[in-house]
Amino acid sequence: MSGFARFWEILIAKLPVFLPYLLKGALVTLKITGATLVVAALFGLVLALMQRSRLRVLGVVSAAYIEIMRSVPVLTTLFVIYFGLASIGIQLPSFIAAVIGLGMLGAAYMAEIIRAGIEAVHHGQREAAVSLGMTPAQAMRFIVLPQALRVIVAPTANYTIGLLKDTAIVSTVAAPELLFAAKTLVSQTILPMQVYMLTAGIYLAMSWPLARAAHYLEARLSRGV
Amino acid sequence: MSPTDHSAPPMVRVVDLHKQFGDHEVLRGVSVDVAMGEKIAIIGPSGAGKSTLLRCINYLERPQRGHIFLDGVLVGERQENGHYVQVSERDLAPVRAQMGMVFQRFNLFPHLTALQNVAISPHRVLGLPKAEAESRASELLDKVGLSGKTHAFPEKLSGGQQQRVAIARALAMRPKLMLFDEATSALDPELIGEVLEVIRTLAREGMTMLIVTHEMHFAEDVADRVLFMDDGVIVEEGGPHVIFRAPQHERTRAFLRAVLQR
Repeated sequence: MSGFARFWEILIAKLPVFLPYLLKGALVTLKITGATLVVAALFGLVLALMQRSRLRVLGVVSAAYIEIMRSVPVLTTLFVIYFGLASIGIQLPSFIAAVIGLGMLGAAYMAEIIRAGIEAVHHGQREAAVSLGMTPAQAMRFIVLPQALRVIVAPTANYTIGLLKDTAIVSTVAAPELLFAAKTLVSQTILPMQVYMLTAGIYLAMSWPLARAAHYLEARLSRGV
Repeated sequence: MSPTDHSAPPMVRVVDLHKQFGDHEVLRGVSVDVAMGEKIAIIGPSGAGKSTLLRCINYLERPQRGHIFLDGVLVGERQENGHYVQVSERDLAPVRAQMGMVFQRFNLFPHLTALQNVAISPHRVLGLPKAEAESRASELLDKVGLSGKTHAFPEKLSGGQQQRVAIARALAMRPKLMLFDEATSALDPELIGEVLEVIRTLAREGMTMLIVTHEMHFAEDVADRVLFMDDGVIVEEGGPHVIFRAPQHERTRAFLRAVLQR
C-alpha cells in the first residue's frame, strides 16, 4: 500500500478519537482569541484616546508603549509574563498569561486601528458637536466614535484572523489550545502528519468564515464613508 | 424689521479681538457690540477674517488677545485675581450651548436621522427625556419645512434640506444667539432660497444673529446693521442702506462694485 493511501486509512480510523480531542483545544483557541480581542480593543481604545489627549505626556507614553510592543517578539513578551513573573513569585495560569501577552501586543495594533478610525472622521463633526454644547467626551462618545466604528470594523476583523492563528504561539506556555493539543496527541501517537494536517484543517475552518465576514463588512461599511 | 433694544446690555460684546494662525494675523483688533434681537450681516472679501470672527465668538478658535461676552458673561475665560485665564474645552460646553452655529458644510451627523440630529443635544446636553427631545425636534423640523423627512439620513437629503436640518439642530438648544457661517455658500443656486427663507423667519421672530454671507441682497434685506471687514479689521459699519447705497470707505466701494457686478 502506498504511503498516501496509508495516510488516509489511519486518519479515517483515528478521526473519532483525534477530532474530539483537537476540537476541545480549538475551543480554548477561540476563548483565548475572544478574550484577547476584548483586552486589546479596550486597552487599545485607552491608548488611542491618550494620543489625542491635551496632556502631552499621555501621548508620549502611549506612543512609546506602541513602539516597544511592536518591536519585541510576542513570544518574548509571553515568556516574560509566564516564566519571568513566575521566577519572581507571580505564577499566572497559562490561559491568563496567554491573554495578557497577546493582548498587550494586540492593544498596540488596535490603538493604531482606532486612531486611524477617529482621524477618518471629519473634524467638522467634532466642531458641530461641541458647538451644540457637548463636552469633548460627549462629542467623542456620541458623534465621533460611532462614525469611527465604520472604519474600524474591517481592519479589526483582519486583526482577529491574524490573532486566531497567532494563538498557536501560546502552546509554548502550555495553554491547552489547539496546537498544544496537537503536540500532545503527536507525542502520544507518533502520527504527526495526520494530526497536524487535521489541525491545519481546523484552523482553516475557523479562519475562513471570519475572512468572509471581514470581506463582507468591508464592502458593506465602505459605502457612504 | 423687528425692534432692537439698545438700552439693555449687549447680547454679545467683542472687545479688541486678535487671532493669528502662525505668522498670519487674521483678526487685528475687532470690537463689536450686538444688541439683543439685532441682526448683523458681516460681509467682505475671503480672507478678511469674517468666519474666524464667528468661530472665535464660540471659541472654536481661541483668540490670542481680546475678550468675548455673551449676555454679560465671559466666554472661554474666567477672571482670577484680576487676570484672564482660559477655561478648558469641557468648561466651554455650557456657554457654547447658548449659541447656535450653522456651518458652511452643514456638518450633520451622518449616522443619525434628521430627527436624531436635532434631538441629540437637547437629550444629551440639556438632559431632556428622549421623548421630549424628539417632540421638540419634530416641531423644529416642521418649522423648517421638513416634517416629511424626520427619519431620513443626511445622505438622502439635498444640500438645502441638510442645511435646514442643521438650523433646526442649532435651534433645538434654544440659543440666545445664532451664528451663520456662510450658510448658503456650499449650496446649488436653486437651493439657496429655501435656506434664506428659514433665516428670514428667525429674523422676524427676533432672534439675535450674526450672519457671514456673500448674499448681498439678503444682507441688505435682513440685517439691522452691516459690518464690512477686510484684512482682519472692521473697515466700515452701518445700516444696510448706508453700507450698500452710500459706503464711505473706498475699500467698501471697491468690494461692493466687484461683487454686485457679478
